[in-house]
Amino acid sequence: MARDSDGSKSGALARIAPDSRRRPDPATEGLAQGLGWFSLGLGAAEIFGGAAIARWLGKPELTPVIQAYGVREIVTGVGILGTTDPTPWIWGRVGGDAVDIATVLPALEETNPRRGNAMIALMALAGVTALDLVCARNLSEAPLRPSRRVRSDYGRRSGFPESPEAMRGRARDFEPPLDIVGPQAMRAWTSAEA
Amino acid sequence: MRALVWHGTQDIRCDTVPDPEIEDDRDAIIKVTACAICGSDLHLYDHVIPAMKKGDILGHEFMGEVVETGRGLNGTLKKGERVVIPFIITCGECDQCKRGFFSVCERTNRNRNLADKAFGHGTAGLFGYSHLTGGYAGGQAEYVRVPFADRTHIKVPDSLTDEQVLFLGDIFPTGWQAAVQADIQPTDTVAIWGAGPVGQMAIRSAILLGAKQVICIDSVPERLEMARAGGAIVIDNTHESPVERLNELTQGKGPEKCIDAVGMEAHSPRAVEQVYDRVKQAMMLESDRGSVLREMIYVCRPAGILSVPGVYGGLVDKMPMGALMNKGLTLRAGQTHVNRWSDDLVRRIEEGQIDPSFVITHRAGLEQGPELYRTFRDKKDNCIKVVLRP
Ligand SMILES: NC(=O)c1ccc[n+]([C@@H]2O[C@H](COP(=O)([O-])OP(=O)(O)OC[C@H]3O[C@@H](n4cnc5c(N)ncnc54)[C@H](O)[C@@H]3O)[C@@H](O)[C@H]2O)c1
Ligand SMILES: [Zn+2]
Ligand SMILES: [Zn+2]
Repeated sequence: MARDSDGSKSGALARIAPDSRRRPDPATEGLAQGLGWFSLGLGAAEIFGGAAIARWLGKPELTPVIQAYGVREIVTGVGILGTTDPTPWIWGRVGGDAVDIATVLPALEETNPRRGNAMIALMALAGVTALDLVCARNLSEAPLRPSRRVRSDYGRRSGFPESPEAMRGRARDFEPPLDIVGPQAMRAWTSAEA
Repeated sequence: MRALVWHGTQDIRCDTVPDPEIEDDRDAIIKVTACAICGSDLHLYDHVIPAMKKGDILGHEFMGEVVETGRGLNGTLKKGERVVIPFIITCGECDQCKRGFFSVCERTNRNRNLADKAFGHGTAGLFGYSHLTGGYAGGQAEYVRVPFADRTHIKVPDSLTDEQVLFLGDIFPTGWQAAVQADIQPTDTVAIWGAGPVGQMAIRSAILLGAKQVICIDSVPERLEMARAGGAIVIDNTHESPVERLNELTQGKGPEKCIDAVGMEAHSPRAVEQVYDRVKQAMMLESDRGSVLREMIYVCRPAGILSVPGVYGGLVDKMPMGALMNKGLTLRAGQTHVNRWSDDLVRRIEEGQIDPSFVITHRAGLEQGPELYRTFRDKKDNCIKVVLRP
């Protein structure tokens, strides 16, 4: 298929990212950036403080799992902050939230003396998940932004041989048919010198 | 031959179908050299226009070469001639055709009974546009049968390329008629909703006809970019309120002329209104979404004119008749009387006043048609106008 403008079509990624030319509103863009930094911070905390977090949850055996999640968070954070389209990465965060929740849930069991902490962790996770979801949805539904190349190409497509200003009124020789525009006396703004 | 065939909602395929044959003395067979996908086709794709049948061949913007002629053409068309076919089938003899109101021709719609029931009185036959308008096979195909071919054609000079003249069959005269219906005066602000191909043509027409100020409303950035290139001031309705901006740009008076180049699948920038219309449309309580019409009636300057080339198929809800009546607005609508404007517009292209091919963004073979329907509908890949070469 021949295309006039902007050739690239990246197969697999195009499918994950609904479109890499999304133009989110500034609030969503800011939220995405914030979530990116949050991912980096949380990732670092999970890697270096994995053991402490696991103990706080009353599940010391989770230490390596939490550290692995930390690596995931770092990768996601870099993805969000480092690529032009954060959309797939934010959706990745939503998936990650689900995994996190599934991991913490067992810590709610009656026998865990740190159940209260697990509850706090879950509530925090629920809050973050909600933010991620809102952000991901807004990003996916944002209108498309054409690339600079497209903008300059389309910006030159006037269809006129001269500037629109020069062409204004060039067809004033055209006589509007009165059976369409109505009898002279009924035509608005033709007689008054407005 | 190969042709784009309607199989159901959002299901269009490139199929092999029987070649068309001469069925009537006034028929001609055209070998299609170029055809396009129109915004009107999207209403069929989304199946918001009723009376489509599985197997219908789509397409009403096409041109090509005459390869066969019926016996009754009386020399009006000869084999080998290059023609653009208007999307309106025109008999040239009925009362309406004699007056130049070709799109309401009284003889070319062979399903008039059906159309009479839907609209009170049926309108002209159209190519590839449901059984309400005659169920004629369309031109997104290698060959087409053109009924009433002695009247239903536009001859084009060899000096112009296919891409320069193809749109004479639909969107160029449609944008032109939209502007003509608005009876543009040099003091007018003309507001045009929709920066699709029809809106783009309407912008150029309004400029040529000398509007003081042309304003275009849409939400798709690259379409707005092209609108700006044509001389329009643009309003992005995802970020600005069209009513507020239009009033600002007219010292609070409102635009004298409003053109709806969007039609029944309008997308409201107001979430509540959009949900309302979508739900009602889904429940079949309303067939068409009317947010653009409502906005136009509301913002138009009293005694102004509303021109509606945008296609509607049935009922629209919550029409502010009070505003329309009390403001003394005039409403002019209709499918385009294509042939009425052809000679004039061919001359304007020849003289170089305008080259309508500026709007083409995608070119492909017929086989890619189904994919490009989707691309065009979803405004993917900066798509504004698709031309297919069978
Ligand atoms: N009267 C005729 O003879 C005739 C001929 C051709 C096309 N049409 C009709 O004209 C209309 C436009 O055709 P097109 O090919 O340009 O189609 P299109 O679908 O490419 O363009 C429609 C544009 O309207 C915009 N839009 C949607 N909601 C809007 C809103 N609320 N406010 C402002 N803009 C909005 C969309 O973003 C899109 O850019 C269609 O309804 C089509 O059926 C009529
Ligand atoms: Zn059309
Ligand atoms: Zn007729």
